[in-house]
Amino acid sequence: MCLAIPGKVIEVFEDRGLRMGRVDFGGTVKKACLEQLPEAGVGDYVLVHVGFALSVVDPAEAARTYRFLVELGQLDELHVPEGPA
Amino acid sequence: MKYLDEYRDGRVAAKILSEIERVTTRPWTLMEVCGGQTHSIVKHGLDRMLPAPIELVHGPGCPVCVTPLEQIDKAHAIAARPDVTFTSFGDMLRVPGSHTDLLRLKSQGADVRIVYAPLDAVRLAQEHPEREVVFFAIGFETTAPANALAVTRAAALGVKNFSMLVSQVLVPPAIAAVLQSPGNRVQGFLGPGHVCTVVGYREYEALAAHYRVPIVITGFEPIDLLDGVLRTVRLLEAGTVQVQNQYSRVVTRAGNAAAQRLVWSAFEVGDRKWRGIGTIPKSGLRLRYELREFDAERRFEVGAMETLEPAACISGQILRGLKKPHDCPAFGSACTPERPLGATMVSAEGACAAYFAYGRHRLEATR
Repeated sequence: MCLAIPGKVIEVFEDRGLRMGRVDFGGTVKKACLEQLPEAGVGDYVLVHVGFALSVVDPAEAARTYRFLVELGQLDELHVPEGPA
Repeated sequence: MKYLDEYRDGRVAAKILSEIERVTTRPWTLMEVCGGQTHSIVKHGLDRMLPAPIELVHGPGCPVCVTPLEQIDKAHAIAARPDVTFTSFGDMLRVPGSHTDLLRLKSQGADVRIVYAPLDAVRLAQEHPEREVVFFAIGFETTAPANALAVTRAAALGVKNFSMLVSQVLVPPAIAAVLQSPGNRVQGFLGPGHVCTVVGYREYEALAAHYRVPIVITGFEPIDLLDGVLRTVRLLEAGTVQVQNQYSRVVTRAGNAAAQRLVWSAFEVGDRKWRGIGTIPKSGLRLRYELREFDAERRFEVGAMETLEPAACISGQILRGLKKPHDCPAFGSACTPERPLGATMVSAEGACAAYFAYGRHRLEATR
């Protein structure tokens, strides 16, 4: 139920006073309400739940957490995700 | 997909598992709060990969499961009306009430429709002014902003033929109910990551301090969940009571302030009944007085309902982490996802349905 999926904002538009976006989830594009995420723009990854964007994915935090996990066992061959694609 | 695939990497999972093994010196019982986490854990078999002293028990965080039978029966009474178009998230359609379910009502001619977003129900109301469009607003804090947006939007645009049947619940009172249960075994929590994107985790700091339990706000992918377990075990082993944020790529301590303002513009806190558990004080949201004309219970005058709940069901104990699905004699025989007897079998995110779906029918197949 509380499933939320990260997707990339590819367009921002207005719908009768509501800030909306088109968000690409690995090839599937859906509309999402961006009204409560004024800082989110085209190219940002946002976490969307039932058509509503809840938060912007922080690429620096994502990289930091992941690097920390990878370093648990010095797995050098693993790719550490960097900033936005 | 970016921010998903890398959190499913088996090599990283193996490293975290060996680190969990290394730091664990004695048995610990952890609860993952959210049904989405339960589903992911059972689907990937994460609980079986953990070293034997670490036990995961499954929490009450499945809003479909805990929606009380009265609200389900009210939904069915409203949906059966010829003037009503009843809209809902897909997961509610199979949930049995005392007498029927939404899918069966639809097959009998009721106008029942699945919507992806609550705003879609408002648009449907605008497109069909001759119909009464009702939206079944269920969910935890994660879903509350989207539901709040729908009703405040309908009010702002003057969409008079839209209303909501509200069954919104809150996580912290449910965690408190688990910890206050006689016989509680839970020593640490994997906190609900997506709930916390909205509300942040300050309230969880108060819970952790009050009940002396560590809570790690955790994501939903296998790597996130294993990382959440590792962090919780480390805190338990060190005797540290603290809230940690494993899901920092999307969760901040303060949460999304604009989304919180939106929620409080539509809802206020009230007592709620939880299916399988009973009434928990101040554990839910109801529409604010100013929005009462959008309250479907008021508009359609559905009063108190006589409900019929099967007596064999132990879902209340499962939702509080006291028992597991295979402790129930009805599990997998009298009770299946096709014919569920109670809360934890009605949704894919319920512990019983997840165990059933991933082939854990026998005790020896689980831990």
